[in-house]
Amino acid sequence: MNKQSCKLAVIGGGPAGLAAAQEAYQEGIEDILIIERDFELGGILQQCIHNGFGLHYFDEELTGPEYAQRFIDEIAEKGINVKLDTMVLDVTPKKKIYAVNSKEGMLEIEAEAIVLAMGCRERTRGAIGIPGTRPAGVITAGTAQRYINMEGYIPGEKVVILGSGDIGLIMARRMHLEGAEVEAVLELLPFTGGITRNVVQCLDDFDIPLRLNQTVTKIHGKDRLEAVTVAEVDDDLNPIPDTEYKIECDTLLLSVGLIPENELSQEAGVKLDNSTGGPVVNENRETNIEGIFACGNVLHVHDLVDYVTEESKIAGKAAAAYLQNQLEKREAPVELIAGDNVGYIVPQKITDKVKDRKRVDLYMRGTKPMNNVKISIIDDKEEILSKKERFVKPGEMISLPFPEKMITKLKTDQVTVQILEGGGTNEG
Amino acid sequence: MKDKAVITCISCPIGCEIELEVVDDEITDIEGNRCPRGKEYAREEYFNPTRILPTTVRVKNGVLPLVPVKTAKPIPKEKLELAMDELAKVELEAPIKLGDIVIENILNTGVDVVTTRDLPAKKIEQN
Repeated sequence: MNKQSCKLAVIGGGPAGLAAAQEAYQEGIEDILIIERDFELGGILQQCIHNGFGLHYFDEELTGPEYAQRFIDEIAEKGINVKLDTMVLDVTPKKKIYAVNSKEGMLEIEAEAIVLAMGCRERTRGAIGIPGTRPAGVITAGTAQRYINMEGYIPGEKVVILGSGDIGLIMARRMHLEGAEVEAVLELLPFTGGITRNVVQCLDDFDIPLRLNQTVTKIHGKDRLEAVTVAEVDDDLNPIPDTEYKIECDTLLLSVGLIPENELSQEAGVKLDNSTGGPVVNENRETNIEGIFACGNVLHVHDLVDYVTEESKIAGKAAAAYLQNQLEKREAPVELIAGDNVGYIVPQKITDKVKDRKRVDLYMRGTKPMNNVKISIIDDKEEILSKKERFVKPGEMISLPFPEKMITKLKTDQVTVQILEGGGTNEG
Repeated sequence: MKDKAVITCISCPIGCEIELEVVDDEITDIEGNRCPRGKEYAREEYFNPTRILPTTVRVKNGVLPLVPVKTAKPIPKEKLELAMDELAKVELEAPIKLGDIVIENILNTGVDVVTTRDLPAKKIEQN
């Protein structure tokens, strides 16, 4: 077998992998290898041709490919090694990577540290179990995005979209502008999963109806999709039988959630979190396996790529510190627990001692849309920190800075973060 | 002339529903905005709604058959579909650099359409 080695291996050449590699390089690690299975770098950003990326990180509004290109150019300038068209098959707890490509064949790469940056994938029809026949024309919204924006195929003429997350909304506009008829966007929940801007600019602009509390209950068609049956759902999200109606269509786009892609992490012995679907990490984004870090959508699904970049820089910097023997464990590790109305928190624990650190940013998601909320950290039944927000919704991530001064003074080794409604600012 | 409109503000995640009453091109009543930004947004959106148009154009001999493009600045909303028609007529030749101008001053909007990524030419396969 072709044996190679590197100091730092980054698995995945999307926004997370690129930012982690760039940051590690900045911190003095030059022997870096990025392994990417596609024919080019940039990951899913290359198919996200819409604008709206980079407002936080670059303070300008970029498209996905523009955002990606800035990192791709820097990686090229620094001369960081990249293997394209290379599929990683296995990662071991001892940090050996097995990969394959058509030029070098089977590869065994020994790395001293690894950053996992494999991203996520979409839930498919199988994941939500829609009954009916199995015709062509039922695909995920992201697959349609790649067909339309990169490969030059329009997947259909008459479309129904199930799921109102941002990808679903953006694909409604995209298919409409490319000449398809978008019959409706259906959403199981009583609220949209996407940001307001996308509801306005992708649906309202083109009079595409958004139907909340509805779902597809049956798929019709032999070779090609011919129609879907739709029903309203009750408070328990079960279809109400006598509300069923049929929409004729040749294409159903599914935008029903993303799952971090962690098969390789599991092979490596990385422990996963049931709520995020990604690795359990400390504030440096280090997993339970020393020297293996994770960042981006493989860790938890982000709403903005800007946050992916920020997080990946943390992982890249920490990987460099690990390689330079500068990571130091603190005496009392702290565990962070998701309390009332909190879906999850990343990181899940604070275990390292970092010189001159002012704070650890905690990222979390609320479980439902709420007005005038108070987000608080509870230590030993006592509220030690709180932040008020006028509005939270599950589609938008919440960040909470946890000052180092408070972390060092904690009474217990377990703190809870909770979100309470009605505790926030008053109107006006 | 009197007109009423409801505009969803996108300045922040709250998404206020702002109700406008307009008489002879002047806003006479505005309700529902929770902050001054909402007022400003509703005014712009009522009198001159503009959008950036991101789409693709065809490419000859590229590693991909399409290259993503966008209007370099927002253009009037009602011109989005007309701009799509104009862009459907275009075919570029690889290699392409990010920022290359695809159409200058599209539909007399004063705005150029530019490419949003590098796209190398397809390498000709040996043997």
